[in-house]
Amino acid sequence: MTSAETGYNFAYLDEDSKRLIRRALLKAVAVPGYQVPFAGREMPMPYGWGTGGIQVTAALIGPDDVLKVIDQGSDDTTNAVSIRAFFSKTAGVATTTVTGEASIIQTRHRIPERPLKPGQIMVYQVPIPEPLRWLEPGETETRVLHALGEYGLMYVKLYEDISRHGRIATSYDYPVEVFGRYIMSPSPIPRFDNPKLDRSPALHLFGAGREKRIYAVPPYSPVRSLDFEDYPFAVQRWPEVCAICGASDSYLDEVVLDDGGRRLFVCSDSDYCAGRAGKGSPPQ
Amino acid sequence: MYVAVKGGAKAIEAAHRLMAKRRRGNPELPGISLDQIREQLGLAVDRVMAEGSLYSPELAALAVKQARGDLVEAIFLLRAARATFPRFGYCLPVDTGTMRVERRISATWKDLPGGQLLGPTFDYTHRLLDYSLMEEKEPAGRDGPAEIKGPGMKSPEMKRPKALKALLGEGLMEAEEDDGREPGDITRQPVDFPVDRAGRLQNLARSDEGFTLALAYSTQRGFGSVHPFVAELRQGTLSVEFTPEELGFPVTLGEIDLTECETVNQFKGGGGQPPTFTRGYGLAFGHNERKALAMAIVDRALRAEELGEEIKGPAQNQEFVFSHSDNVEAAGFVSHIKLPHYVDFQAELSMLRQMRKAANDDQR
Repeated sequence: MTSAETGYNFAYLDEDSKRLIRRALLKAVAVPGYQVPFAGREMPMPYGWGTGGIQVTAALIGPDDVLKVIDQGSDDTTNAVSIRAFFSKTAGVATTTVTGEASIIQTRHRIPERPLKPGQIMVYQVPIPEPLRWLEPGETETRVLHALGEYGLMYVKLYEDISRHGRIATSYDYPVEVFGRYIMSPSPIPRFDNPKLDRSPALHLFGAGREKRIYAVPPYSPVRSLDFEDYPFAVQRWPEVCAICGASDSYLDEVVLDDGGRRLFVCSDSDYCAGRAGKGSPPQ
Repeated sequence: MYVAVKGGAKAIEAAHRLMAKRRRGNPELPGISLDQIREQLGLAVDRVMAEGSLYSPELAALAVKQARGDLVEAIFLLRAARATFPRFGYCLPVDTGTMRVERRISATWKDLPGGQLLGPTFDYTHRLLDYSLMEEKEPAGRDGPAEIKGPGMKSPEMKRPKALKALLGEGLMEAEEDDGREPGDITRQPVDFPVDRAGRLQNLARSDEGFTLALAYSTQRGFGSVHPFVAELRQGTLSVEFTPEELGFPVTLGEIDLTECETVNQFKGGGGQPPTFTRGYGLAFGHNERKALAMAIVDRALRAEELGEEIKGPAQNQEFVFSHSDNVEAAGFVSHIKLPHYVDFQAELSMLRQMRKAANDDQR
């Protein structure tokens, strides 16, 4: 399937590498939240810039897929543009910015505001797949903790947050428990997005290229953000609404307007915002 | 307003054009050829091949040219290309004892079978800038192909046995034998700690020279105890052989340059083993002496656990070394913080405001 134009195989990776990644994906889906080691390849983009997600997408994508790539919720941020261009070039697939039209959505740091549908696949770029890494730097050790379901460390950390700050002071990459078993990093999405993972009809796949781990949340899996009965999990809310579309239910980015401290707030999800403002995708 | 996140595609395109322009430099000057890079910046090419894990002087020279002399970037280019190359098999193990050496020294013996051969080295040069090289044209004959004569050059084809053989006979040196196990391949199998020595050596062979050097240095300064002697450092040319299935006998694929370093280190004994000398091993493509030596020291340091030594420094911790030695991984992850992080930063911002507000309310 080598493309004459690029000299590379369809979607860049050779078929053997894709098969290896798909095997890891199958295992990941079978054991939700468990980090499956895989022999990640060097990709032509730097580690830390989405190589895990790119490998997962490359292993999954077929000629009939429609790909959407977002970074910080937007289709037009430089790295999203770069990754989308990579797949247009190496796989020649159709791309879209409309959430509802995409069969595969590769993302960094956000889950789209529009509810996902059955059959859609979310592919996350993951920098540090290990939710316990900041508490225990050794990989040998954290694997044992996961195997034993020994998550006391994490609860102690959350408790210390509350005793020190009066709240759980984790605003993104907020740890979740999948199917009542593994604690998982949802990747650095804001905790605002965490509830979207719970019983989502879409398949969520997480790729960490540098750390060479793949994990998954299968459709309709229960995903619980860690909390305590007396300190229940809550998401961020803004007193403002989006300055462009007026949305009050979306994640907002703050834009500094001048040195005088004037600022306004706009939707981080550019497709959602454009749809609401009447440009781009129609509301679904 | 909102301009900052728009126009990504155009910006990238323009950035690429600017890079191409910068790479070429002043167009009135002649462009640099791959031959010139390979011949005159050979050590850069060698480093790129070693850490790029691909023996190809031509592609490495191309990478150096394309990367504008940024060797870590060049290594990345070569790695990414390498990852797409099909594997058609494994070559036969090379026997470095059969190397046609250009340089071969031992710091443990004054003289040894095969002799000492200083060869081309920066050692013993005075690091004085040679202003005569500033001339466009170098003086005729100065670096010409004139025959260089010296005692060791009499018999360049002479085989030089490995220096450590002398100690093996007496039983003073731990023997290292091929246990016949197929070594793993760290580029094809996921890492599973603890990693065996073969895997560690593969990692060190492609590890960043600066990182490896610093780790080796740290052990010498007391963060982990390694007291190495350079039993042998050799650099030269070897044939690489491969047995195609359809032929059933080995054929020579070509020749490669290698630098190999073997250190000898004290081991006090313990765990039922008598005191003995132990080894550290370093090997790198091309002429890559600093790397091979540092690698040998770190290899030995990483054997601490196996030898029951106290782990006192990062160079002895295989997870630390293995996970941080690769400059393609390290450069990528460190540089990724240049990517936009508006969303996470916004989350932190809101959190901090809420926390400060709560603290303020409490005070009132």
